[in-house]
Amino acid sequence: MSEDVLFQLNGVGKSFVKGKEKISIFDDLNMSIERGDFVAIMGPSGSGKTTLLNMLGGVDQPTSGEIWFDGTRIDSLSESALTRWRAQNIGFIFQFYNLMPMLNAQRNVELPLLLTKLSKAQRRKNVETALALVGLSDRAKHMSSEMSGGQQQRVAIARAIVSDPKLILCDEPTGDLDRATADEILEMLQLLNRDHGKTIVMVTHDPAAAKYAKLTLHLDKGKFVQREIVA
Amino acid sequence: MNDLYLIYKNMTRKPLRLFLTCFAIFIAFLIFGAVTSLKTALNSSVELSADNRLVVFNRINFTQSLPISYFQKVAAVEGVKDVTHLNWFGGYYQEQSRQIVSLAVDPESYLRVYEEIVIPEEQKQAWFNNRQGALVGEKLAQIYGWKVGDRIPISSNIFTHKDGGYTWEFVVSGIFKGDSEQYDTRQMLFHYKYFMETQTFGNDWIGWMALTTDDPSLNEKVAKTIDDSFANSQSETDTSTEKSFNKAFIEQIGNIGLIIFSVVFTAFFTILIVVGNTMALAIRERTGEIAVLKTLGFSSARIFRMVLSESLLIAFIGGLSGLAAAWLLVEGVKTFLARFLPNLILDGDIALQALLFMLLLGIITGLLPAFNALRLNIVSAFNRQP
Ligand SMILES: Nc1ncnc2c1ncn2[C@@H]1O[C@H](COP(=O)(O)OP(=O)(O)OP(=O)(O)O)[C@@H](O)[C@H]1O
Ligand SMILES: [Mg+2]
Repeated sequence: MSEDVLFQLNGVGKSFVKGKEKISIFDDLNMSIERGDFVAIMGPSGSGKTTLLNMLGGVDQPTSGEIWFDGTRIDSLSESALTRWRAQNIGFIFQFYNLMPMLNAQRNVELPLLLTKLSKAQRRKNVETALALVGLSDRAKHMSSEMSGGQQQRVAIARAIVSDPKLILCDEPTGDLDRATADEILEMLQLLNRDHGKTIVMVTHDPAAAKYAKLTLHLDKGKFVQREIVA
Repeated sequence: MNDLYLIYKNMTRKPLRLFLTCFAIFIAFLIFGAVTSLKTALNSSVELSADNRLVVFNRINFTQSLPISYFQKVAAVEGVKDVTHLNWFGGYYQEQSRQIVSLAVDPESYLRVYEEIVIPEEQKQAWFNNRQGALVGEKLAQIYGWKVGDRIPISSNIFTHKDGGYTWEFVVSGIFKGDSEQYDTRQMLFHYKYFMETQTFGNDWIGWMALTTDDPSLNEKVAKTIDDSFANSQSETDTSTEKSFNKAFIEQIGNIGLIIFSVVFTAFFTILIVVGNTMALAIRERTGEIAVLKTLGFSSARIFRMVLSESLLIAFIGGLSGLAAAWLLVEGVKTFLARFLPNLILDGDIALQALLFMLLLGIITGLLPAFNALRLNIVSAFNRQP
């Protein structure tokens, strides 16, 4: 495995048992994601994009094959080890933002830091930095109900980066936003990738969104059918 | 921010629901505290009452008086060893709320009949020789910081002093103990003669009598002789052992007590179900959020603890305030009920029992939701999202 590879999937299979039926989504998926890459995953609905992202993020496990992350094989980790691994390595961004409604922006961003050993002061500093990066320093005390969708997604981005993870996973991060706001969010992801060296994997339906990525993978019927590299 | 803050924020996100839940628990523990105190007091007053002492009350009820002439007649009944008479004074110290069990008695015969009273000989003599003297129980003296020689003004909520007003002045002649720890010394005794001369209610009556017999086997016969001798008179009597008198009195309340008790426990059970259901609902509403927390890296154990802490917190907020209210209630009424229930108190045992119930309530109502949260699968939780 090359030094530059962050993720390596070897012969990954995933199937569900529904009643007596076995639904196979992937049976032999192979891919690698390089450090510092910005990958968009596209494909028709039901092609397994979310399932793949869940496996990359360690919230779901393959039924066969291996997933290697930065030299660690994560598909065989126990649930609690995987939980710790997620806290240390992955930032998540969801389609519906998924902020805690009873916490203000600042505290939502602080949430992942409860899983670290950082001091109070250090935590406050990290939160401020993350909020500043997404341009929401002035909204620190706002509740999610007081913010637009775009603003909420920016808080979610701040939450995803506050503990400085290597990888950011986004499932349809702009699926619920209008074009202009979506572009803002995508520019922000691009900036995180380009200027802060974050590796990003983003699932999207939207070809315009995929253009922000360096690499687009097309998934269909459990296989990658096409690979586009944006100059 | 820490987990406690998250728990607090989760708990208070629906203030009305939180309030109603806590209120239900509050009521449950208010009733629990009050009823358990009452029950304990009822039981202890039966246990503490003597079996070898007879009490003679007016047949109509125990608040009606008897003529003083009965005292000599009873003393002459065969088998009676010692007899004494008592008047309920309805005293309080300075404020109506500081009720004191205070009795006007015939000192010498009283101490013969109530042998459990322990007092130094010189204080006893001092009391006998001082018309205005009073014997004060050790606990009562402690409460108000009274010492031998102190002059204490005690007011009555029943009688009027012939000089006007409701207040009598007494001198503390002695401080008595009981011969056992259980004997309730929150009471005071003073001279019947002094009381009679200074009150405005006529002077030939007594409240009730207490007597000992030569042998317990004579009790029944003596009681019958006394009641028979006053049959068809103006004031008929009812003589029974102190214990059976208390028991009869308590059984009247006791039946009500049983009803209250079943109501309380039905209420308790209902509240348990309601709170449990509310808790389960509250956690189910947060399925998505719990999935997010897990995704971010919060461990299942930590989420389990947070949910369980929340239900424990609610149980203790409602429960402790209910227990506090019960304590206030008991403290408020205990002086008024002192005559019937001298041991009415919400003590450490009851509080401990209540705390245990709060703990149980919190655990039972939180366990299932916490367990569901623990087991929550992130992927299926997100699949359920809009
Ligand atoms: N827990 C599950 N049990 C059974 N089948 C599942 C489960 N999760 C996903 N699937 C199935 O796996 C397939 C892939 O689902 P997935 O959510 O990964 O698709 P997707 O590419 O993200 O689709 P969309 O674009 O609609 O989000 C679908 O057919 C889905 O019904
Ligand atoms: Mg999907």
